[in-house]
Amino acid sequence: MNRKIGWTLIHIPLILLSFLWIYPFLWMVSASFKTDTEFFSNGLRLIPASFRLDNIKRAWNVANFEQYFMNSAIVTAAVILIVVVITATCGYALGRYSFPGKKIFIAILGASMFIPLEFSMIPIFKLIKEMGLLDSLLGLILAESGGGHVLFVLLFASFFRQIPKELEEASIIDGCNFLQTFWHVGLPLAKPIIGSVVIMQFVWTWNSFLLPLVLTLSSPENRTLAVGLYSLQGEHVVDWTGIAAGGSIALVPIIVIFILLQRYFVDGMAGAVKG
Amino acid sequence: MSYTISSTRTKRSYRSSTNRKITLWCWLFITPNLIFYALFQGWPILVNWYYSMLNWSGLESSQTFVGLSNYKELILDTYFWNAYKNSFIFMAGTVPLQLIIALFLALLVNSPRLKFASVYRTIIFIPVVTTASIIGIIMVYIWGADGAVNYILLRLNILERPINFLADPKWAMFTAIIIFVWKNVGMNMIYWLAGLQGISKDLYEAADIDGANKIQTFFYITLPQLLPIGLVITLLNVAGSLKVFDMIKTMTNGGPFFATDVVSTYIYRYAFSSEMGMPRLGYASAAAIFFTLTIVIFAVIQVIVNKRTNAKGVTKIE
Repeated sequence: MNRKIGWTLIHIPLILLSFLWIYPFLWMVSASFKTDTEFFSNGLRLIPASFRLDNIKRAWNVANFEQYFMNSAIVTAAVILIVVVITATCGYALGRYSFPGKKIFIAILGASMFIPLEFSMIPIFKLIKEMGLLDSLLGLILAESGGGHVLFVLLFASFFRQIPKELEEASIIDGCNFLQTFWHVGLPLAKPIIGSVVIMQFVWTWNSFLLPLVLTLSSPENRTLAVGLYSLQGEHVVDWTGIAAGGSIALVPIIVIFILLQRYFVDGMAGAVKG
Repeated sequence: MSYTISSTRTKRSYRSSTNRKITLWCWLFITPNLIFYALFQGWPILVNWYYSMLNWSGLESSQTFVGLSNYKELILDTYFWNAYKNSFIFMAGTVPLQLIIALFLALLVNSPRLKFASVYRTIIFIPVVTTASIIGIIMVYIWGADGAVNYILLRLNILERPINFLADPKWAMFTAIIIFVWKNVGMNMIYWLAGLQGISKDLYEAADIDGANKIQTFFYITLPQLLPIGLVITLLNVAGSLKVFDMIKTMTNGGPFFATDVVSTYIYRYAFSSEMGMPRLGYASAAAIFFTLTIVIFAVIQVIVNKRTNAKGVTKIE
């Protein structure tokens, strides 16, 4: 009986903790519904007097968040597509076959895993500039897709390694070549891994800040949501209701998608440390 | 007889030709990833060494080779050492807190007897997936003079007048650390949960039979079993905290008076910001190299320690 009470009591600190963890989001969403007067008199209240959409509309139309949202969506979708294709194929070759050069390839990828983006930023900036892609979404997409993607490659490789050889042999007897075997046998089985890679890459690209900041320094029309909101902070006297509205526009989609697909994300993260 | 010989021969030549074909396909399959690696990670690693020896404002015509003088200037710059020191203070502040709080939460949430465990897990994880730069901006208000933190501290009479935490040189670093920990605890909790779920149930049963209590079980079974994965988590945290940029940039921009200036904001200031006049890409590259070597040294030390404890690390593939 005592134990049962103990387990119930533990919910009190946990609920308190949970509140601390979601408070900033509640504050942001509620502030995005408030008028300026309401915000200054009642900035901390979590339930707005009314759910007016003025700030959201203002952010969307006047502060260009429509454009930023489209940019974020286009860049994120394109990067996910590129990354899934290049890591799935790479992981398939590494996981299923041994071939000359494989060990060196893995060693090189693994060795540069801890090189921070700050280190590569100047050469990437220069490279994109020389490709003539500075101030374009394509440049941003390519740069965001860059890197060795060690984690994803390893996730795919260790998954493909477990597929029984018979499946593959059957498809070869059916006359499939390497690519067809990958496409018809390997890839459909790898759906859970694809799910993890898609959601993780989604989170990373949607949240990316340094790359889009640097690559859109001279082209405000290519800013993503993260950079757009930052520029809002810098431009005039801080317009908190506008920032809250912009922040809600940027964060609500990712929170919703995460809650729907969190299993894939958590599995992928766990895979990162389990090896 | 002659039939079998010729058959093996054709088989063998058939085999080597399929092998060659497979090698070709394999390389075809890894090439796209290799290209993206080479352009955006391999090339930067190589060319940065050259860039770091240039006096260069970004324009092609302005490049002049200056040898090691950027490094010399860097080592003599007290602002660089301030940023370097701050990066380590930030790491030393965030990593242990993240590890300990996350382990504690993971143990709680992992208990089958806790109801709504998955709800708590989701809530604690939400900050992890949200945009760091946006969180930074929001936190400026929440920790500002009119924000919730001051409101509560004033109400509880802990403070007499509000403190603008992120704008106060005495408090800015502390506040940045707390906010970073808040954002990343969820990720560490997931890492620890992965470790906890990997511990064999038999060990716990054996401990139970031997009459070990909860605390003994934790110290003699759980903790030692978590050690290998704990080292991997520590390294991920060390690397993650040393390269913090988004939150610092948006919360304090390295200020006030360089109190939260870390190496990444220092580099950014020289390479891309107009605060310092003309950009100095060569000098910024030198700072980047110097700092990255520090991170790599940490990684190498960890890999060595990891090998010693026979861990299954992230770098392991076969």
